[in-house]
Amino acid sequence: MEGTAVQRRLTWLVATVTGIVDETPSVRTIQLDVPGWPGHRAGQHLDVRLTAEDGYVAERSYSIASAPGELVAITVERLEDGEVSPYLTEELRVGDQLELRGPVGGYFVWEATDARPLLLVAGGSGVVPLRAIVRERERRGSDAPVRLLYSSRTLTDVIYRDELDAYGDGIAVSYTLTRAQPPGWTGYAGRVNSALLAEVAWPAHDNPLAFVCGPTTFVETVAEALVGLRYPPGQVKTERFGASGR
Amino acid sequence: MSPISRGFRRRNSGPAGAEGRLPPGQYLTDGFPVLSAGPTPHTPLDQWTFSIRRNGAELKSWSWAELRDLPAETVTRDIHCVTRWSKLDTEWRGVSMDTLLGAVAHDEGYVLAFCDGGYTTNLPIADVTDGQAWVAYEYDGEPLDPEHGGPARLLVPHLYFWKSAKWVRGVELLDHDEPGFWETYGYHMYGDPWREQRYSGD
Repeated sequence: MEGTAVQRRLTWLVATVTGIVDETPSVRTIQLDVPGWPGHRAGQHLDVRLTAEDGYVAERSYSIASAPGELVAITVERLEDGEVSPYLTEELRVGDQLELRGPVGGYFVWEATDARPLLLVAGGSGVVPLRAIVRERERRGSDAPVRLLYSSRTLTDVIYRDELDAYGDGIAVSYTLTRAQPPGWTGYAGRVNSALLAEVAWPAHDNPLAFVCGPTTFVETVAEALVGLRYPPGQVKTERFGASGR
Repeated sequence: MSPISRGFRRRNSGPAGAEGRLPPGQYLTDGFPVLSAGPTPHTPLDQWTFSIRRNGAELKSWSWAELRDLPAETVTRDIHCVTRWSKLDTEWRGVSMDTLLGAVAHDEGYVLAFCDGGYTTNLPIADVTDGQAWVAYEYDGEPLDPEHGGPARLLVPHLYFWKSAKWVRGVELLDHDEPGFWETYGYHMYGDPWREQRYSGD
């Protein structure tokens, strides 16, 4: 678990919203122009700071949805009891400004020079940093074969579906829908468990690298199952959303 | 000058009595979110030890049963995660680090806590002594869940919670400060939530 020391100061930068994409009824991607952005690696996150008219300030962390070299983008899911996410998903408009700083985190990252087979396992909006990894792979022309297993409640809740379905050679996307499946659904149904991972995941002897992101219980289940399938714990990188992220 | 977000307003005023207990940039949660970099380790208790080391050599070690036989304290503290949630009045039971470090002669200025799963974090000795840190094995009156760091985690509640290392197995005494796991990845060497020391340079 050795990393590269990052010893620079993270300063707050003013970002301008250049585009908004509605991904699902409760999720939107916000594209940002950030003069002075130092660049990021696939899988990292950033901090957003909002200032209200009365001076109240709130900060939150979001995974970066775009690949290194692309405009900075975050994908935000609206949490009903939230404070920041309802604003970002409902009020924010193109041309608005907000502050951010980053990138943050250097462990849950993928480098295009890593040729190992990639297993990406996403629960809900946990797909966001994994999408950055897939885009980085495409941009860099990496040959690392990818298997993405993506668990959503319903088909409507699948984020980036058109993009994920358009990927071709080398990226195999499997969906599992936990709450409801449309008529004629040919993907998986139900929660990700050991049996599903045994079917979808690279066998451990292929020396895969796994990235798992989603809610806590999802990540616990998946990481535990992968270790049970003989993945070395050091090759299972996890990022978890708390039960209460707002 | 920060840009104003029109239409953005405070929604969560927080419970009464929380005033002055929330460090800058934090919000209150009733849940207990989990953050860790990899799978949750499961070390059988009959193989578990807590050790104090110097230069990699073991100075003193306790088995699980021996640790549980040491005098324990129940403490109620507020905890603050660098990912911005804070939780008030969390109740823990465990052994004070004063008790553990008191078992060895030492004059070093720092410790590096080490854990199952390879996680480490660095702390000044002055922050893990004098009734400020524990090896905690109960949360809210129950054995500590593995996903929250069980069987035992460090509890250093006055610093950001990544310093309260989960699955702790001991500390290495150091005469110099040395970055641990998250500190190597750009997080602050000390991590005082009241000074908002989240990242290197804060």
